[in-house]
Amino acid sequence: MAYDYEKSIRPGKLPHIWCPGCGHGIVMKGLIRAMDTCGLEKNNTALVSGIGCASRLPGYMDFCTLHTAHGRAAAFATGVKMSKPEMTVICCGGDGDGTAIGGNHFIHACRRNIDMTYVLLNNHIYGMTGGQFSPCTPTDAKASTTPYGNPDPTFDISKLAIGAGATFVARTTAFHATQIDKLIAEGIKHKGMSVIEVVDDCPTTYGRRNKFRSVVDMMKVLKETAVPVAAAAKMSAEQLEGKILTGVLYKEDKPEYCEQYKKIIDRVQGA
Amino acid sequence: MSERYELRFSGAGGQGLITAGIILAEAASIIEGKNAVQSQSYGPEARGGASKSEVIIGDKPIDYPKATIVDACLAMTQEAADKYANGIKSGGILLLDSDFAPKAPEGDFKVYYLPIMRLAKTEIGREIVANVIALGAMIAMTGVVSRESGEKAVLAKVPEAFVDLNKKAYALGYEKAQELLA
Amino acid sequence: MAKKVALLQGNTACALGAVYAGCTFFGGYPITPSTEVAEVMSEELPKVGGKFIQMEDEIAAMASVIGASLTGAKALTATSGPGVSLKQELIGYACIAETPCVIINVMRGGPSTGMPTGPGQSDVMQARWGTHGDHAAIAVCPESCQEIFTETVRAFNLAEKYRMPVQVLFDEIVGHMRERIEFPEPGELEVIDRAAPTCAPEDYKPYDAKSDTDVPPLAAFGSEYRFHVTGLNKAADGFPTTKAELVDFEERRQIAKVECEAARADIESNEEYKCDDADVIILAYGSSARSARYAVNELREEGIKAGLFRPITLWPFPEKRVAELGKQAKAIVVPEMNLGQMIFEVERIVKSDCKLAGVNRVDGDPLTPGQIIDQVKEVL
Repeated sequence: MAYDYEKSIRPGKLPHIWCPGCGHGIVMKGLIRAMDTCGLEKNNTALVSGIGCASRLPGYMDFCTLHTAHGRAAAFATGVKMSKPEMTVICCGGDGDGTAIGGNHFIHACRRNIDMTYVLLNNHIYGMTGGQFSPCTPTDAKASTTPYGNPDPTFDISKLAIGAGATFVARTTAFHATQIDKLIAEGIKHKGMSVIEVVDDCPTTYGRRNKFRSVVDMMKVLKETAVPVAAAAKMSAEQLEGKILTGVLYKEDKPEYCEQYKKIIDRVQGA
Repeated sequence: MSERYELRFSGAGGQGLITAGIILAEAASIIEGKNAVQSQSYGPEARGGASKSEVIIGDKPIDYPKATIVDACLAMTQEAADKYANGIKSGGILLLDSDFAPKAPEGDFKVYYLPIMRLAKTEIGREIVANVIALGAMIAMTGVVSRESGEKAVLAKVPEAFVDLNKKAYALGYEKAQELLA
Repeated sequence: MAKKVALLQGNTACALGAVYAGCTFFGGYPITPSTEVAEVMSEELPKVGGKFIQMEDEIAAMASVIGASLTGAKALTATSGPGVSLKQELIGYACIAETPCVIINVMRGGPSTGMPTGPGQSDVMQARWGTHGDHAAIAVCPESCQEIFTETVRAFNLAEKYRMPVQVLFDEIVGHMRERIEFPEPGELEVIDRAAPTCAPEDYKPYDAKSDTDVPPLAAFGSEYRFHVTGLNKAADGFPTTKAELVDFEERRQIAKVECEAARADIESNEEYKCDDADVIILAYGSSARSARYAVNELREEGIKAGLFRPITLWPFPEKRVAELGKQAKAIVVPEMNLGQMIFEVERIVKSDCKLAGVNRVDGDPLTPGQIIDQVKEVL
């Protein structure tokens, strides 16, 4: 029997705004399956996003949903979680939203190790505004504001999250659809800040400018560049050139922020 | 008491003069039920530099919260005396630390000297209580609150282990100032 | 029993007022001269089971406050002019998403870093027009430590009642000076909580207004109500819309809910001191009003019929009463610790009914009664 996605989707809110071939829908389905696996209650789960194509995702979902301002998802979500720690809080959004304008909030949410799951949909471009380069656009790639090729170096989001202190960091791609829900579910279950980077595609504003003939070509690249961490361990630096590691990249148990604050409350009130 | 009585405590940052101002304002407003406003110069320095604290005391509500014509001024350092010992009213009071603020600015007010820091060191054995000695002296010279109210406010502010020390410092300042006035 | 009294800084009084009002969340970022508000909240909130968080920047602080408020908490942030500038986009978010919250602005000089340790009143127009787009604003401006306490409580009440951000503006002088505070007993001051929905969860619409001035009830995340919040123009159900008539209705309602006659009567608060027979009205707010009251007394002793009109609510501005005073008085003098901001609002209202003059100071020292007296004499 086919999986029932509709039970998690708000009646009447589809069709979504995403273009044909966009990977975001694949990620949303993965997220739905992951939330289902974890048995999350709709009333007790907040989905928080910023601004951009990926940030429209919560609006389709039948949970407590908060579509905030550009870049600010992690900061709003921190307020939600801190104020009501019993809620499950999931952020989602794109690479420009999360690592450029929202970069500071992202790294500090990681540093605090607050119990949230951040699903970062990395399609390497600002899609909604028409294809300007983001901190995740590959060097030399074409975007509407890099007509001569992108001079900027690129962020490695997962490394950034690990460096900043997130205690569960995983990566996959929109091609690896079944891995998406497994990693997100693991992230939700993990106590602390979890970051799941899903590398996906924007055929409309990135693919078109960068000589991808079709969505299939873009998916093929995702398939071919992904190397599971276990396999990567046996590969040379040369072999790994241009590849992206997938799977659980980092996991650690560390004190969680809201629990730490709860201890302060208990101590103060006990005194 | 006139409608407004204005006091200014000045010295080096870290000497405890803001605390002295707060204690006086507490003595006046909490213990004696008068109206009082305490304010301070507020600069980027936490230590050093010239610092001042002002207390306005009155029977009626204090509208303008800063000093207009100062009735009594304390300066613990020469820098503070040069910078803040101004606007003192005719016939008003200026108390200077005789070692660290030897030069009084010119003006039509009464100038008194007390070796406040030296007294703290030699008589009490702790320089940290210089502000309480100064407060005792200022209360004695101005009579703006009673000796008892001042002492009560000082003791309410200090940890129990330091009660005796501060009691002694307050009495010393109060009595040395009485001697000056006698 | 005698009331509890203490000699407290304005900033401390503000924090204690917030706790009295039922605030359980503070998200902040350190900035002079407001930092003591955060310091006291960090100490007080855990005592009542509340949450204090120092965020990574001013924007994040504002975001955390809105997020917390959506879970049902009364939420506060405190900052100064530069911080409010950074928060402005999200203040607009709180306006359109109709999320209650309180923002303390302990004003200093400016623009930019300006004079961080000196007083100013140069954010009064920022409080009205700072965020982009059309929106209503509520801002209150206390003049003493006691009034900071009570106005902070009132700011929370207005935020909850009108479902919007409310700003409390005072300046460095009142923020840092110490005065005696009498603590109101619990229950002595009115404390208002936001209206909760009574409909069935499946029928709940977070912006379902019953009239063009209505404030619909706000549910909390994590309750039995589930809803969507966005900064986009939205329909009654909270979901984005570009339908012209819906956008127009919502934009107008969100302003009218504050500016309609009934709301104004509820929100506006003024003090009048010797205004009845005054030839000259000194219109002053915040700490400048203290100098103005001193000036009024001095002028009266000299036989000049002066009066003080002090808006405690700055926004919405008391248009009706100021218009009346403009017709009664020969002149209105507006002292401000800026180079002329509120005087333009007064001018807009009184037009050429009376003479108008400002008294302005931006050098880091407060306006003195003498400066105000001189200007009153000159204008008469």
